[in-house]
Amino acid sequence: MPGRAIISLQRVDKRFATGVTALEGVDLHVAEGEFVSLLGPSGCGKSTVLRLVAGLERASSGEVASPALGSNPAADTAFVFQDATLMPWASVFDNVWLPLRLAGESRGDSRQRVLDALHLVGLAGFEAAFPAELSGGMRMRASIARALVTRPRLMLMDEPFAALDEFTRHKLNDDLLACWQAQGFATLFVTHSVLESVFLSERVLVMGARPGRVVAEVVVDEPYPRGAAFRESPRYHAACARLHAVLATLHAPVDEVLR
Amino acid sequence: MGAQLLHRASPALCLVGLLAAWEALVRLAHIPHYTLPAPTLVVRTLIDNFGSLAGSWWFTLQITFGALALAVVGGVLVASVFALSRGLEHALFPLAVVLQVTPVVAIAPLILIYVESTTAALLLCAWIVAFFPILSNTVLGLRAADPNLRDLFRLYRASPWQRLRLLLVPSALPYFVAGLKISGGLSLIGAVTAEMVAGAAGRNTGLASRILEASFRTETPKMFAALLLLVATGVAIFWSFNALSRALLGRWHASEKQ
Repeated sequence: MPGRAIISLQRVDKRFATGVTALEGVDLHVAEGEFVSLLGPSGCGKSTVLRLVAGLERASSGEVASPALGSNPAADTAFVFQDATLMPWASVFDNVWLPLRLAGESRGDSRQRVLDALHLVGLAGFEAAFPAELSGGMRMRASIARALVTRPRLMLMDEPFAALDEFTRHKLNDDLLACWQAQGFATLFVTHSVLESVFLSERVLVMGARPGRVVAEVVVDEPYPRGAAFRESPRYHAACARLHAVLATLHAPVDEVLR
Repeated sequence: MGAQLLHRASPALCLVGLLAAWEALVRLAHIPHYTLPAPTLVVRTLIDNFGSLAGSWWFTLQITFGALALAVVGGVLVASVFALSRGLEHALFPLAVVLQVTPVVAIAPLILIYVESTTAALLLCAWIVAFFPILSNTVLGLRAADPNLRDLFRLYRASPWQRLRLLLVPSALPYFVAGLKISGGLSLIGAVTAEMVAGAAGRNTGLASRILEASFRTETPKMFAALLLLVATGVAIFWSFNALSRALLGRWHASEKQ
C-alpha cells in the first residue's frame, strides 16, 4: 500500500449494548490521500466502521487509529451523512461556516474560505439561500462544502448520494473526484452501489454481514481523472463485472445457509 | 381575482352578517336590552363606560401578561433542567402533570386563602394554566435536535455552550413557539377564571369582576361591553403570536410554509 496510513483498524470488534455484534475482527487501512470504498449490504456494519473512525463510537476491542481520535483539536476529519444534515434555520453560508465557527473563527475571517468551498461544489451565489429552498442535490453540495471548508485530511462519507436520482448522482460523483484531486484528502466512502464504488475508488473493500467484517478487497487500477468517458469505457464495465463476481462467490454460501 | 378577494374578505363578511342579524333580531322582536342588548348598544355602552372599564382592562392585561412571562421563564428554565438531567425529569414531571390536570377553578379558592395578596394569587392561578404547554413543548423541542447534527457538533468538538446556542435552542424554537401560542390564550383564560373566583369576594378590579358586578345589577349591556374587551384581547394575543411565529420560523420551518 502506498503512503502512510491515516486510518488503521486492527482486529476491531463492536458489540452494542443490545447484544448485537456489529463488527468482528475488522482489519482495515487507508493511506493518506487514498480513496477507498466500503461496499456491502444493509446492516453489515459499514456505517459503524465510519462512526468508529470518526470517534462517535468506541470499539469493544481491537485498535482504531484515526485523526479524529487524536488530541489535535484541528478539524482534520469531515463527515458527510446520507441526508444533507444541514441546519434548516441557517442560510447556506452559515451552514458551511459552522465547522470554522465551532473552532472559534469569526464570520469575517471565515468568509473567503466559505465562499471558496461553495465555489468548489458549484454553489457560488447560493450563500443566502435556506436549505428548504434548495433541491436535494444542491443540499448535498452544501453538505460537502461544509465538509471541505476546514480542508480536512480525511473525509468520511456515509452513502451520501444514495437518496439522489442517477443524473444528480453521476454529476456529484464527478465533482467529488475533482475536489478529492484538488485537495488530496483521504476518503472512506460507504456505499451499497457497485457502480459507484468502482467509479470513485482506488480500492473497494467488500463487507459481509452477521457479523460485519471485511471479506474481500478489489483494486481498481485505473488512472484519474475519471469522467464520463471512463463511465462508458469497457475497462470500467470489466472492473464492475470483476467486483460482481467477487460478490457472487461471497454470497453463494450465505444463500445456502439460509435455504 | 374577484374570487380571491371574496376568499380573503369572507371572515369579515361572516362576522358583519352575524352582527347585522343580531341587530335585526333585537330590533324586530323588541327584545329588552337587559335580556339581549343589540351590538350597537354594546358598542355605545363600551364607549360611555370606557373610562371606568379601561382600569379593569389594564389590571386583567397585567395579570395575563405577568402570568405568561412567568410561564415562559419558568417553563424554559425547568425544561432546560429536564433536558440536562433525565433523572430530575423522571422525578418531577408528574408534579407538572398534577398542575396541568387540576382545574384552576377548583384550586383558586384555596390559593386565595393561602396567598395574602390577591394580585399574587391571581398571577399564580393564571400561571398554573399557562405553564404546562410551554414546559412540555420546550422539553420536546430540546430533544428534537437532529441526531446527525448532534454527531457533527461532537465531531467538531463543540463546547456545551455552542451546542446549546447553535443547535439545541434553534431546534427547540418551533416547539417553544407552538407552546407560546397555546399559553398566550390560556393565560388570559386563567386570569379571567381566577378573577371570577376572587371577584365574588369583591376585592378586585379586573374585567371579570366588572362582569360579575354588572350581572348583579342586571346591567347586561355592560356585561357584553366587558366581554367585548376580553374577546378583543384574546384575538389580539392570538394574532400577535401568529405574527411572531411567522417572523421567527417563516423562512425555514414547515409549520409556517404557505
